[in-house]
Amino acid sequence: MKKTPLNQVHRELGARMVDFGGWDMPVQYSGVIEEHLAVRQAAGLFDVSHMGEIEVTGADALAFIQHLTINDAVKLVDGQIQYSAFCYPEGGVVDDVTLYRFNESHFLFCVNASNTDKDFAWMQQVLAESAMNDVTLNNRSSEFAQLALQGPKSEEILAALTNVVLADIVYYHFCEGVVADVKMIISRTGYTGEEGFELYLPATAAVKVWQQLLVAGVPHGLLPIGLGARDTLRLEKGYALYGHELSENISPLEAGLAWITKLDKPDFVGKAALLAQKNHGIPRRRVGLVMQERGIPREGYPVFDGDREVGVVTSGTMSPTLKVGIALALVEPAAAGVDSELQVAIRNRRMSAKVVRTPFVK
Amino acid sequence: MEFPEELKYTEEHEWVLVEDELAVIGITDFAQDALGDVVFVELPEVGTVLEAGKAFGVVESVKAVSDIYAPISGTVEEINDDLVEAPEIINTSPYEDGWMIKIRMADVSDADALMDAEAYQALIEEES
Repeated sequence: MKKTPLNQVHRELGARMVDFGGWDMPVQYSGVIEEHLAVRQAAGLFDVSHMGEIEVTGADALAFIQHLTINDAVKLVDGQIQYSAFCYPEGGVVDDVTLYRFNESHFLFCVNASNTDKDFAWMQQVLAESAMNDVTLNNRSSEFAQLALQGPKSEEILAALTNVVLADIVYYHFCEGVVADVKMIISRTGYTGEEGFELYLPATAAVKVWQQLLVAGVPHGLLPIGLGARDTLRLEKGYALYGHELSENISPLEAGLAWITKLDKPDFVGKAALLAQKNHGIPRRRVGLVMQERGIPREGYPVFDGDREVGVVTSGTMSPTLKVGIALALVEPAAAGVDSELQVAIRNRRMSAKVVRTPFVK
Repeated sequence: MEFPEELKYTEEHEWVLVEDELAVIGITDFAQDALGDVVFVELPEVGTVLEAGKAFGVVESVKAVSDIYAPISGTVEEINDDLVEAPEIINTSPYEDGWMIKIRMADVSDADALMDAEAYQALIEEES
C-alpha cells in the first residue's frame, strides 16, 4: 500500500488504519463521532497527502483547461480557485477537482486520491487529441503533502504559525506564504463546510508542520481527524464524493452540479452529451433524505415511493450532529421534490424518509 | 481489553451470562472496540424464537452494519430499551449496562459448550 509522509505519525497517535484506494490511511484516532464534533466545535487536522496535484503550464494552458473542464475557468483571477470536473464525451464524470490559478499560464489541479493516475492519463489523452501545442502537464503528487485544518478555531491556530495575514485570503482563494518556517500554498478551502484551510507543502516538511500545528492547536481543542469523520462531515454538508454521487455513469447534471456545468462555454469534452441531457430531461436527480423513522440509510439501499422503486442511496450515515439517519440518493425526477415522502429499504423493512434541501447541517 | 471470568463467549464475539434458565447476551469489549462508535442497535421483539448460530439483530457503527448471532437457542424474554436512545452504552459498558437481550434457554446446558474467558482471550490474541 502507498503511504503518506505521516504514516508513522498516525500509527504513533494510535490511529486505526485502513486501505483507502491503495493508501494506508487513518480512519479514526479517538473515534469518528468525537472527531466529527471537534471539527464542528473547535478544530481538526487531516492528513490528505494522498490527494493528487497535477500542474498545467504554458501559453495554451487556459485554453486547454477550458476544453478539459466543465466549469468556466476564464473568470478566474490570479490566486483564485474553482470547483470543477472532467467529463467523458458521454457525459459521465472522470473526476471532480479543484482548480488553482497562479497566473494565466500556470495552473494546478487538486484531484481525488483514487483517481490521480486515471486523471493524469485522461489529461494527456485529451491534450494529445487537441490542437494545442504550448501545454505542459506535470503530475506533482509525490512532491506535495497536503494538510487540512478545519473548524471555527482553525484561523486562530494557523495564525500562531505564520505572518501571512490570513484575513486577506478570502474563500476559494489562496496565496503562497511561510507557515512554521516552510514555504507553502495556503488555500481557504475545505471539504467539511467549516472555516478552514488546505495547506500544500513539500512532502519532506509534512511531519514537522503537522507536529507544530498539533502543538499550536491542542490547547484550542484541535484533534487529528481520520477518514471516517471526513466522510460524515462532508455528508452533513451534502458534498459529493466520487464513486458515490459522481462516477463515470453519473453526469454532473444528475449529481446536482449544474451550477459548475457551464453549457454556454465554447466546446468542452462532454458538452454535447450534457446539452442533450438537459434538453431531453435529466433522467435522475440527486436528493437529500432525512429518515423519519429510526434506521440508518446506507449506500446501495433502494429508495421507494410506495410500491415503486424510484432510486438508490449513494451515501448514508447516522449524522453525528443531527443524530438522525441522513443520505444522498439518486432518484427519478418525479420523486425528487423537496418534502416528498419516500421510503428507504433497510434490510427487510421500508422505513420512511423525507426529501430535504442540503446541506443537512447549516 | 476485558474478559470477565464469569461469562461464556463465542467466536462471533458475543458473551453469555447464565442466570438460572435465563441467558443474558451482549457483545464483547473486543467487538465494541472493533466497531467504533455504536450509533444504532436493532433487537428482536420479546417472544421471538432464536436459533443458535443465526443472526438475531444488528449493531451499527457510523461506517458499518454488523450482524449479531445467537450464541444459543431460546426465546427472547427481555430487551434492553436503554440501547434505543443511547446505543453508545455498548461502547462504554459492553458487559454490564450494554446487555442486549435476555432469553429463556431452550436447553440450560447449551451454554456449557461455549468458550470460557481464557479460551476467548486466546482466540483474540491469535486473531491479532
